[in-house]
Amino acid sequence: MPEPFVRTTSRVIPILRSNIDTDQICPARFLKITDKAGLADALFFDWRFTPDGTRRNPPSFIDEPHNAGRQMLLVGDNFGSGSSREHAPWALRAWGIRAIFSTSFADIFKGNALKNALLPIVVSPERLASLQALVAANPDGEWTVDLEAQKVTLPGGESFAFEIDPFARTMILAGTDEIGYVLSRLPAIEAWEAGHPARVDTAPRESVTAP
Amino acid sequence: MAERPRTILEKIWDDHVVTSDPGAPAILAIDLHLVHEVTSPQAFTGLRERGLKVRKPGQTVATADHSIPTLDPSLPITDELARKQLAQIEENCREFGIPFHGKGSPTRGIVHVIGPELGLTQPGMTIVCGDSHTATHGAFGALAFGIGTSEIEMVLATQTLLQRKPRNFKVEVTGRLQPGVGAKDVILALIARIGVGGGTGHVFEYTGAAIRALSMEARMTLCNMSIEGGARAGLVAPDETAFAYLKGRRFAPQGAAWDAAVAGWRKLPSDEGATYDRTIVIDGDALEPMVTYGTNPGMGIPISGRIPSPGDVEPAAREDLDRALAYMGLQAGQPIAGQKLDVVFIGSCTNGRIEDMRSAASVLRGRHVADGLRVLVVPGSQQVKAQAESEGLDEVFRSAGAEWRESGCSMCIAMNGDQLEPGEYGISTSNRNFQGRQGKGGRSFLASPLTAAASAVTGVVTDPRTLQPTATSSGAAAQAAPQPAAQPTAVEAH
Repeated sequence: MPEPFVRTTSRVIPILRSNIDTDQICPARFLKITDKAGLADALFFDWRFTPDGTRRNPPSFIDEPHNAGRQMLLVGDNFGSGSSREHAPWALRAWGIRAIFSTSFADIFKGNALKNALLPIVVSPERLASLQALVAANPDGEWTVDLEAQKVTLPGGESFAFEIDPFARTMILAGTDEIGYVLSRLPAIEAWEAGHPARVDTAPRESVTAP
Repeated sequence: MAERPRTILEKIWDDHVVTSDPGAPAILAIDLHLVHEVTSPQAFTGLRERGLKVRKPGQTVATADHSIPTLDPSLPITDELARKQLAQIEENCREFGIPFHGKGSPTRGIVHVIGPELGLTQPGMTIVCGDSHTATHGAFGALAFGIGTSEIEMVLATQTLLQRKPRNFKVEVTGRLQPGVGAKDVILALIARIGVGGGTGHVFEYTGAAIRALSMEARMTLCNMSIEGGARAGLVAPDETAFAYLKGRRFAPQGAAWDAAVAGWRKLPSDEGATYDRTIVIDGDALEPMVTYGTNPGMGIPISGRIPSPGDVEPAAREDLDRALAYMGLQAGQPIAGQKLDVVFIGSCTNGRIEDMRSAASVLRGRHVADGLRVLVVPGSQQVKAQAESEGLDEVFRSAGAEWRESGCSMCIAMNGDQLEPGEYGISTSNRNFQGRQGKGGRSFLASPLTAAASAVTGVVTDPRTLQPTATSSGAAAQAAPQPAAQPTAVEAH
């Protein structure tokens, strides 16, 4: 079960690219695992290493020594498009990322992130531009993301509110997940099913006519 | 009192909401859960840790497609991780009682190809799978979308999902597609218009004369790539074309149940006066074959066009364009046609069905692939493979110098050893041209089967309408006329 998460304070890694897809976040060849081990190393792998496996020089984003231990990413528009692989948020969390700032997140990625207590924080294009300027001017400033207060506090003390799905927020603050909640509603599901017979039975059967 | 007019999305949604607690997402009942080897193992582990069973194994079905080799199936799997993953899905299905179409089964294949061909995919259903191309099944008028592994575990455990209702986005394609233009070109043109995040938060509903005229397999191609436009799902209202495709398939309703099902399905299309959050109209008559030049599926242009220059795009997109062209090794302003290729890949859940095979074969029949070019033709399922072989298409491909493979995702996701080498250029009928998607350092152009096959002949990106006829082929364009809706098994291009 996940740990409760309320707030965190950290420096920020800026990756000022738009449309960062889940193949960049976690390349497909790392999806052959059957557990969640080792995914921190897979994060942004092909940005960090040349095709022959050499670490790029200068190092890419998260490999820059001063970015070690940072828990927040500031990225361009539309983060997490593409594949539904939950390995993407797993890899981000395994590396230590807790919050990502963008103007938008792909739907499936956003859902996957929230289920892993990784906060997708949506800001306006104007806010994103001002945050980019802030990081450029003060790259080592510490930001606080407070999920309970739904508030981000910047190094100068300025703060702004953010929206987040209220149900996901409750789950993350309490450190619970959704399966327990849905199982608690099982009587309602059974009642619904009683009035809605299954539309298909996948159990093997012979072909009636050749399709 | 008359009911409020509803879209097909709203009807399916209303039909599946189990309950909706204040402040919480709706609990949505799931009719069909498709499972494959790559995104499911951790979900089964979660079930074991909680001591839960699969609640509805009879509404769940599994296959092996992503990491499975497309070589001779009697050969051992040399990739140890892939071998373990494939053994794991088999074991998980056995333990939890899930029907499994695995290695050696004549019904194995890409999950989004076998669902429809087995008749499991039906109008009005909610269908999920741990794969973003689940949108494919929307071709039947189902609400079908990709989910993550936590959600897979949720569906295995409860046969429901917690969901917020998506918004309606109407995509109307008017007119009639020209010869040589098909569903792949329509979807690439849409994504080029709205961008890869354009449909976020929405479900596409494809309408209009050009959509109605598409075969079921063409509709699957179209819906498949909805996710590349940011929409988690895309759908086409079911009609006679859909019913004719489904009738008699293995898991489709039979007899009186069939008639009752069709009567229900006829009520699904959006009501007159239903409202949409967004609408876009595309002139189907004006579409050309499309091809991508960049590193996301929104970077597409008509095949007769030139790669954009920084001045052609919004200031905010210039850096993206520069980075994409640097990765691709292409010049702004250069024509895309004529670009040299190393590899051609024909297959995937986007374009790996029998009509796609026929379309590619219509070009390659009596021709040979260009010198030095590697051409892989990978059927989407073992049933597609068998059908193609019964029509002699495998011989067409082999005689032309192409490789004819076992079914699977293959070079679309490059997990099974089929991949581009660093720096290689490939034209591909698949769905993603992201950096490294088809092999690290590989460079992808997305296009239709017709365009890919025409390019296989010349070794460069080629407009299929420009290929000269041969003695045994009347030319791609002549083969490429849109098929009437009344012929759901229509052959050749789409």
